[in-house]
Parts: sequence; C-alpha cells; structure tokens
Amino acid sequence: MKSRLSRVAASVVLGSALAVGASSVKAATPEYGGELRVVVGSKIPSYDAHIESTFGMIHPIRPFYSLLIRINPDNPSSPTDFVCDLCVGDVPAATDGGKKYTFKIRKGVTFQDGTPLTAADVKATFDKIAFPPEGVASNRKAYFKMIDSIEAPDDETVVFNLKFASGTFLPSVAMPFNFVYAKKDLDEKGYSWHQTNINGTGPFHFVEHVQGSHVSGKKNPNYYHDGKPYLDGFRAISAPKMSVRLQAIRGGQADIEFRGFPPKARDDLVKALGDDITVQESDWNCVLLVTPNHKVKPFDDPKVRQALSLAIDRQGGSKYLSQIAIVKTVGGIGFPGHPISSSPEYLEQNIIGYGKDVKANREMAKKLLKEAGHENLKFTLHNRGVDQPYKVVGTWLIDQWKRIGLDVDQWVQPSTPFYATLRKKKDFDVSIDFNCQAVVNPIADISKFLPSGGANYADFEDQQLEDIYNELLQTGDEAKQRELFAAYEKRVLNDLASQFITLWWYKINPYRSYVQGWKIAPSHYLNQSLENIWIDQAEYKAQLGN
Amino acid sequence: MYSYIVKRLLILLPTLIGAAILVFLLLRLVPGDVCLLRFGGEGSYADPEQIRQCQERLGLHLPIYVQFFDYMIGFFTFDLGVSMWTSQPVTEEIAIRFGLSLQVAIMATVVSIVIALPLGVISAAKQNTGVDYVVRAFSIAGIAMPSFWLGILIILGLLISTQAWFGRPWMPPIDYVPVWQDPMYNLSQLIWPALATGYRYSAVATRMTRSAMLEVLREDYVRTARAKGLLEKVIVNKHALKNAMLPVVTIIGIEFAFLMGGLVVTEQVFNLNGLGKLFVESVTQSDYTLTQALVMLVVAIFVLVNFMVDLMYAWLDPRIRYN
Repeated sequence: MKSRLSRVAASVVLGSALAVGASSVKAATPEYGGELRVVVGSKIPSYDAHIESTFGMIHPIRPFYSLLIRINPDNPSSPTDFVCDLCVGDVPAATDGGKKYTFKIRKGVTFQDGTPLTAADVKATFDKIAFPPEGVASNRKAYFKMIDSIEAPDDETVVFNLKFASGTFLPSVAMPFNFVYAKKDLDEKGYSWHQTNINGTGPFHFVEHVQGSHVSGKKNPNYYHDGKPYLDGFRAISAPKMSVRLQAIRGGQADIEFRGFPPKARDDLVKALGDDITVQESDWNCVLLVTPNHKVKPFDDPKVRQALSLAIDRQGGSKYLSQIAIVKTVGGIGFPGHPISSSPEYLEQNIIGYGKDVKANREMAKKLLKEAGHENLKFTLHNRGVDQPYKVVGTWLIDQWKRIGLDVDQWVQPSTPFYATLRKKKDFDVSIDFNCQAVVNPIADISKFLPSGGANYADFEDQQLEDIYNELLQTGDEAKQRELFAAYEKRVLNDLASQFITLWWYKINPYRSYVQGWKIAPSHYLNQSLENIWIDQAEYKAQLGN
Repeated sequence: MYSYIVKRLLILLPTLIGAAILVFLLLRLVPGDVCLLRFGGEGSYADPEQIRQCQERLGLHLPIYVQFFDYMIGFFTFDLGVSMWTSQPVTEEIAIRFGLSLQVAIMATVVSIVIALPLGVISAAKQNTGVDYVVRAFSIAGIAMPSFWLGILIILGLLISTQAWFGRPWMPPIDYVPVWQDPMYNLSQLIWPALATGYRYSAVATRMTRSAMLEVLREDYVRTARAKGLLEKVIVNKHALKNAMLPVVTIIGIEFAFLMGGLVVTEQVFNLNGLGKLFVESVTQSDYTLTQALVMLVVAIFVLVNFMVDLMYAWLDPRIRYN
C-alpha cells in the first residue's frame, strides 16, 4: 500500500509541478462509450447562462451548448490560449487598429431541434449579452462595454466593431457563460425562454432534468468537432454536501467532481483508493480579499489599512494553510503567472506586505498604527459562513493581526445575510471579500478594485485609480498594459491599501483514474464541455466490476 | 362523530393561518434576499440593474404589508407561486420530492414498528430480567444516537466493510430512481436511511410500548384473565396489547409526521432528494415562497396525522366517543 500511495503522491506532485498539468499518467487512445457521472455541489437556478453566475448551472448545462471561442480544451491551463469553437480556423486577429474582429462561422452545425446555426444566431446571442433590451437581464454586459456594434453580413461571418482597442475583448468573448442561442428561439419564444428550456449545439443533447436530483445528456451525433464526444452520455448528480461528493467518488457512485476538494479530502481519497485515483491541481482564478470599510473610522486612514496588510505573512500562510484549505499561491491583484501580472520577485520588492522579512513588516505595521494613534485597535472581521476557504482564512487573519497587538473578533454570517451586510447594509469594520472569475482576464478582473467598478464594497473613491484603469482598458499595446497594470496595482495595494490580497485559491481535483482526457483549468467554470473526456473501459471494469 | 370531524377540520384553518403569518414574518427578519445571492453569490460583480429587475419580478421591492397581502391571497386561492430560485412552480418542486420523502417515512415507520412492538412487549412481559435490560439498553442507545450520525456511521461502515470484503468500496446510490422503475436500485438507496431513522424512532416507540404494556398488565381485567387460566401469550397479545396501543399509536403518528418533513440532516447525509433537503436549500437560498409552502405542508401533515390518530383511538378503544 505504501508504494501505491507514493506513486499517486508522485503523480500529484508532478501535476503541480507542471503548473496545472495533467497528472493523468496514461496517454492511451481514446475509447468510445460509457456514461460519466459527475457530482455537482450547487443547484441550478435557471438554464440561461447569460444571467447566471454559478458553476451549479455551468457543470450540468455547458455540455449542451457551444461558444464562439473558448479556452483551448487541450491546453486549458494557459490563460492566453484561445481557440475557435463555432468559428473556423484560428481566433481572428484584430484589424482596423484593434477595433474590428471578423469571425468566420462553421457550416453544418445544427441545434438540438435541427435548426441550422448561422452567423445570425451568434449576432443575436451577443446582442442579447451586450445590448439587452430594456427589462432583459444580462449578467455580463459590463464586460462588453467596448463593443460598438455587431454585424452578420452573411450566414458565415460575424463582425464585432469596437469603440476602442481592448485587451479584454477576446477573453470576454471566450467566457463559458456566452452560450450561443438560436435567433429563432429568441425571436419567437422570447428572451426568457432559455431560462427553462435548452436548445444548443454542444457535444451533448439534453435528455432530462429532475429538480434537485440530476441532469442527463446523451451524445450529439451531429457534433461538429470530428470524432467527439467520446462518451455516450453524462449524468450530473446534485450533491450539495462535500462529504457526499467525496464518498460518492470513493464508493463508486460518481466518477468526478469538477469544482475541487480541500487537501484533506484529496489525501483521504488517495489513501483509500491509491492508484484508482488521479489528481490534478492548479492555481485557481479566485482570491480572498480583505475589504476595510473606508466609511468607518479608523479604516478611513490609509496608515491603518496598510498596517493590516503589512501584518500578514503571506508566504508563511501559503505554506501552512495550503495543507488544510483550498488556498496556496501568493500573488498580487492579477492571476499569478499571467503575462500581465506581477511576478513574485516584483511583489516582494515593491508591494507592502509581500517582503519576506515578516518581522520588519510587522514592526512597520506597529509604527504606522502608532502614527495613526491606533496601537491597540479593536475591531470585528466580517466573514462568510463557509468553511473552505473563508472561515479558515478568517481565523488565520485574526492570528496575523494579533501579532501586531490588534484585538479582532470574527462575525460569521450565512451567505444571504453576508452579502446583504457587505453589499447593501455596509455596517461592517473589515470584511472578507472575494474575486472569483472564469476566464483569466486580468484587465477585466481587476475592475473589482475600481471605485466605479460596481463591486466597491470598501466604499471609497479615487480619481487617480479611475484614470489609470481607463487608460489600461483602452490600450492594445502589451508593454503599455503591463506598465499601467503595475501602476494600478501599486495604487490599490500600497498607496491606498483600499483592499488587499490574502492568498489565491488552489484547485485540487481528485477523480477516478478511468476518467481520461480531462485537463484541469484555472477555473471551475472552464473546460466543462466534456467532449474530450473518455472512459477507460478496462480500468472502469477493474475498479467498479460492472 | 361527524360534528367532531367538522370541528377538527375547522380548527385546521386558524392553525394554518397562524403558521403562515409566523413563517412569513420570521423569514423576512433575515437580511438579504434571493436576488443578492443568486446574482452575486459567485464571482464578485453583482449587476445592480439585474438585482433590481429580479427584486421587482419577485415583488421583493414592495412594502412588507403588500407582500403579506399578496401572500395571503395566494394562500386562500391555493396559489403557492413559483420558487424564487428556480422559477418552477412550488407545487412542482414539492411534488418531485414528496414521493421520496413519503417512501422513506413509510419504510422508516415500518422499521420502527417491526422493532418497537415486539421488543416493547417482550421487555414488559420479561420485566427486570436480562432480556429487559438488553432491550432497554438497545432503545436508550437509539434515543441517544441522532439518526444522521448513525447514517454517517452506516455509510462509512459500508465503505470500509465492502472494501475489506470485496476489494472495492461501495456506498448507497446518491440519485433517486422511483421504486416502480428499478425496485432494487431504489431499495439499495433508501433502505439505509430507513434503517437509520427507523431505529431512532423505534427506540422511542419501544419504551412507550413497554411502559404502556406494564400499565395494562397490572389492570384488573388482566388479573381476571390470568385467574381464568388463560395462556400468558393470549393475555398479552389479545387482551393487553390492543389496549396498550393508544399512546404508541400517538407516538408513531407524530414520528411519521416528523419523518415527512423533519429528515433535514439525514437526507443531506444520504443525498436524498426529499422534502428535508429541499427545506434546507430553500432556507439557505432565502427562497421565501418555497420555504413558506414547505412549512405549511409540514404543518398540514402534522395536523392531519394528529387528526387521524385521534380517529384511530375510537377504533382501538370503543369506549371513546367523539360527541
């Protein structure tokens, strides 16, 4: 048993070392057939991805739909590798000074009801997302502020005309929520029809949804990516409790869970099943933030906020918390490892609270508090009543602040009142907040820290930050983007300390080793079409015996 | 008898109205609403326009008294509305889960009766013997162990024992298939929660059966029966048991009502798509309409079960008259 464990552990380490990489050791020829059983830890509010934001909808429903472009399913760990899904060839380069994108649409694609897909369907979809009519909801229209107009001059061409060149356009188009709908459905059945009905062009056809139980799909025989999907079908089983999802994989009632488990759950599965479990791990495009309420004294004082950030030992936290919680990576405001984001070395030298001399950081924190007249500050940390990673990180933060003489209580609320406090009532001192995104799109993602960004729960204003961001948003040049990004980051984390970063999340996916072909992405929303997944039938029989 | 039934049915109405008012007010004491959670629960950006549209669509922007008025109109016209989370009719959401919860409740009640009656009777008949002590220890253990905890132990036990015996761990299925579609699959999922909860409730019923039997066995007519030379088996089964059933039936009835809506944690442990799990989800999602409907359903089940238990009294004890 010991040698089996060490082999699996080695594959985990290898997966991590490859930065995301596939720890799947087999590289055999894909086999056809079988049904994938996925456990999903959240409930489906509606089927309309244009208005929803939960993985509880993405995991069971995404396989029924296509996107115009998407992250490369063969290389999903790359935050910059986008490929065509419904378009043909490579993702088009911008023309007209970065203000025009022309997509050629595939021929021969049909919706589940048999309707052929044309460019008009793509145009109607993005019109609904970017320019929803009065009274029609669209959760991500803010991502498409750069679009001036969308045209479909013929059945095979879609043209996006932008108001300005923007580095956020392609990642925004590749978001997994941009399901392409049939224009006919939107015109004839209305804009809310997709909330309760499914008609897509994806690798699977919708079969049934039993509320609270499962969603099932069967192979789309007319799927346009040759030879795919490999599976005959899938069954997404609703299982809100993490322990149930974990035991279901262990007990042979499920094959995989795509959101991720904490380290202890991974270790338990590996210990129980050894080689029957494959583990893939990756940095995760989610981060926990600390949000001081700038309207509450003394958190209106930047020195106090800077002191709070300086007290946090991020490297130490990463080392120990990563053993018990789904956090690990030390990073700035941008997804770690993205070309535009700051490197660890840069952060260490330029951003407060990232230097490795923790003692010096904390001395500086105490000095700042003394200057601000709040050496013995007492306050309450507002937190969300979810263990992973909120309560774990919250408890750790309190310990970190205690080390500079602060007296901090924790106020934990269930999700609904937590959001009401953070976003509506705003009657907190300092709160845990988070930034969790799908496609890695740093320029769009950091709008979280913008006073006018719609998520300004710290309740502050800063024109300099707005100006930097506006310039960044309208810059196509990558070098200039990096320069502005660094300036924005310094303004947020150093000058204002308006909010600050704790640790980035870390995604751990242990699953049955007969599941092949799936590659982990830096988000639980990505690479969920299931078309690359196949079942190793011999291994399946060996493990489950049927 | 008929006037009694009418009176009881009339009492049902103010009970339901009282429960409706209480649940309406309690739910709204919690800050936040379903729209804030649904459109900002993940990610970080919550489009204020979308949240506003959602609140208007669901009537959450209206003053509380207007919402209450609308709710009461719906209540009296049997229009329970749609789930605020899924937009599906509340009746549909409940109907999907009702069959599973009913089946588990019936199976657990059967388990409870099958365990409780013989053990309770034996324990009373063999009072203060080794058998009695064993039965009492067994029933006290059942009361002490929450059924969800027993459920967790059952699952872990199955995982460990099947791996040890068959080389691969097994646990009960986690998705529901109706009994008429695949009886074996259905039973392999539901027998375990039925055992876990049935044992818990059998413990209470066992102790009640024992004490009721002890009381009845000391009655004069039992002494008379013994003096007549009747066999102890006949005395216990024919003369004592039926008369001892009044409090036992009450307990079993209340337990059945609890099982219909009260398996909140056990359903989560076994991932049963029943009313208890739905109740937890609706509360955590601030789904007012669904929570209100579920509470009303549970209240109605309790009232109806109590009513039926009262009617059974007359059958068990012919001296009881409802005049």
